[in-house]
Amino acid sequence: MTLTPVITEFWDRPDLYTLAGYERTGGYRALRTALAMDPDAIISQVKDTGLRGRGGAGFPTGLKWSFVPQGDDKPHYLVVNADESEPGACKDVPIMIANPHALVEGVIISSFAIRASHAVIYIRGEVPEAIRRVALAVSEAEAAGHLGHNIHGSGFDLKVIVHSGAGAYICGEETALLDSLEGYRGQPRLKPPFPAVAGLYSAPTVVNNVETITNIPWIINNGVEWFRQFGTEKSPGFKVFAVSGHVRRPGIYEAPLGITMRELLDYAGGMRDGSEVKFWVPGGSSVPMLTADHLDVPLTYEAMVEAGTMLGTGTPMVFDQTVSVVKAVTRWLEFYKHESCGKCTPCREGTFWITGVLKQFENGEGNDPDLDLLNELCEQIMGRSFCALGDAAATPYPAAVKLFRDEFITATHTPVDQTFDPARSFVFSETALSEVGAR
Amino acid sequence: MTNFDHLAEQMDQIVARYPKSRSAVMPLLHLLQSDQGAVTMEGISVIADRLELTTAEVTAVASFYTMYKRRDVGRHHIGVCTNTLCAVLGGDAVYDAIAQRLSAGHNESTADGQFHLERIECQAACTHAPVMTVDWEFMDNQTPSSAVEVIDALARGDRVESTRGPVIRDFAATEHTMAFPDDGLAGEGTPVDAIMLAGLTVAGELNMSAPKPSSSAQGKEDHS
Repeated sequence: MTLTPVITEFWDRPDLYTLAGYERTGGYRALRTALAMDPDAIISQVKDTGLRGRGGAGFPTGLKWSFVPQGDDKPHYLVVNADESEPGACKDVPIMIANPHALVEGVIISSFAIRASHAVIYIRGEVPEAIRRVALAVSEAEAAGHLGHNIHGSGFDLKVIVHSGAGAYICGEETALLDSLEGYRGQPRLKPPFPAVAGLYSAPTVVNNVETITNIPWIINNGVEWFRQFGTEKSPGFKVFAVSGHVRRPGIYEAPLGITMRELLDYAGGMRDGSEVKFWVPGGSSVPMLTADHLDVPLTYEAMVEAGTMLGTGTPMVFDQTVSVVKAVTRWLEFYKHESCGKCTPCREGTFWITGVLKQFENGEGNDPDLDLLNELCEQIMGRSFCALGDAAATPYPAAVKLFRDEFITATHTPVDQTFDPARSFVFSETALSEVGAR
Repeated sequence: MTNFDHLAEQMDQIVARYPKSRSAVMPLLHLLQSDQGAVTMEGISVIADRLELTTAEVTAVASFYTMYKRRDVGRHHIGVCTNTLCAVLGGDAVYDAIAQRLSAGHNESTADGQFHLERIECQAACTHAPVMTVDWEFMDNQTPSSAVEVIDALARGDRVESTRGPVIRDFAATEHTMAFPDDGLAGEGTPVDAIMLAGLTVAGELNMSAPKPSSSAQGKEDHS
C-alpha cells in the first residue's frame, strides 16, 4: 500500500503554520463551504464518511455528533482532546506544530455542525511549542473573521479557548478532561450520562481528538466518496501513523488505514542494523503487544481486534531483540501507577501492587507463583474502574507473559539488566557514553 | 505579605476567557507559578479570593497536577523522559549523566538554584527519542554527552536553541506561556524537522501521493 500524505501533504512548507501559508494550500475554503450548508447536512456527511475517532477508542465521529440534542436551548460545547500523553502516542503534537490552522478550521466547522458557540482546545501543558502555535492560529483566524461574531455573515458566533493542561495523563480521559476544564481535579465521571448529554458545565458536549477534527476540512472539501476510497469498509480514511523505536527512520508516515506494519517498517527504512522485531505495540502502551508474527495484519480497527489487540492511537513502537520485555512492562506499569488519579480502588491499589511485584522480577527476585498472581491482579482491575486507565494498566502484563513467559522465569533468578545489557538497546554508540564518563 | 497587584490585570484577562470563572483556576496557577517560581500558599490564597473559592479547593487542584511545583524550581526545569521507549533507547543513560552532572536526583534542585531535574513521563515525541526538555521546550534525540553539553551551555548563560521551538528562556517564562499561550514565539526555530517529514520525504522519493478528488465528487457541489 502506498503512502498518502493528506493531512501532512504541505508540512514541508515553512510558513504552513501561519494563516497566509495555510490559505495558500486551500485553507479555510472548507469553512466557507460548510457555513453555506445546513449543520445537519455536515453531521450526515461526516457520518457517511465513517470517520472513526483517532484518539484510541475509534468511536464513529458523526454518530457522536448526532447524539447532541438540538433545539434544547442549552449551550453546546466542542472540546478538543489535545492531551496526547499515552506512552508511544506522538502524532497530535506534530499535527498541532506543523498545521495548527487545519485543526482550527476543523474546530470551527465542527462547532457549527453541533451548534456550539464555545470550543476549547485542551492541550497538555508539557508541549509549549504546540500550545503557542495553536494559540497563534486561533488569534490569526479571529483577526481574519474566521472566528468570532457572525462569522463571514453566517450569523454563527464562535469563541475558541486554548487551555494548557498541567501534567496529568488522566485528563486525556474525556470526563476527567471536562472536570479539569471546570477547575477541579481531573478525575473521571461515571458514564452515563455521556458528555453529549451532560458534558462541560453539564451541557451537551462533543469531545474529539485532534487528528479526528483535523480530518474535517478535507471531508468537507472532497466529499464522502473520496474519503472512503482510503481504508476499509469499517476503517475508512487515512491515518497519521507515528513509527518509533529501533527502526532506521522513525517519524510520521501518513497512509490509508489497512496498511500493514511490515509496509510501514519498510518505509521507515526497516530495522536498524543487525536488529529484528521482537515485539511492537500498535497504538500506545494501553493496547496489547504483538510480535513479528503479526507484521502482515492490516492496521485497521477491526483487524487489530481480531489479532487480539487494538489500533489505539495508531502510533507503533517497535522494539528489537535487545530489549527486555520485563523491563518494558515494568516501566509502563510505573507510569500507570504514577498517573492513576486515585479515585477507584482497583486501579489505585492494583497499579501499586502490580508495579511492586514487577519490580521484583526486574531485579531478578521474582517468584514463579507471582506470574499467576499478576494475571489475577490484572483481572481484578479490568472493567472495575470508572475509566479506561485501570483497563490500560491491566493490559501490558497479560500480553507480555503470554508471549514471553520464559523471560519472566529467567527474571526469578537473574536481574533483567544482566540478561539484556541496556547499552545494546541505545540508539547512540558506546562512545557517546564513555565521553561522558571521561568528563 | 507579598503584593500581587501587578498580576491583577492579567488575572482578570484569564478569568474573562471562560464561560465560568472556576475554569480559570489552572491558567491562574500557571500564572502565579510563573511569578513566584512555585505554587505558594500566598498564591493559592490570591486565586481563591479572585475566584471566590476556598483555599482548600484551589489546593486540591494544585496538588493534583505534576506541573505545579510546591517548591521553587529555580531558573531551568530539566525533564528527561524515562518512560519505556525513551528509557530503553537511551533515556536512562541520559538521565544518569545529567543527574551526575547536576548532583541532583528526581524532583531535586541544584544548590545554586539554577536547575531542577525531573524524570518525566511520555512527552509525545517518541519518534525523537531519547527526549529531554528544558523548561518544557523540546530537546530531541539526546545522547548523554549532548545532554550534558546542553546543561553546561545553560550554566554558562549561552544561547541554547530548542530542537523544535524557540531559544530557551527560563522556567518562569514558559509558565507564563501556559497562562498566555499566544506568546509571539511561534515563528522561532524550525519546529518541523526531518523526523516529522519522514513519510512525506519517502512519499516524494517514491512518487506517491494521495488521490485527488474528481471535481464532481467534491462535497462543495454535493451540498451547496
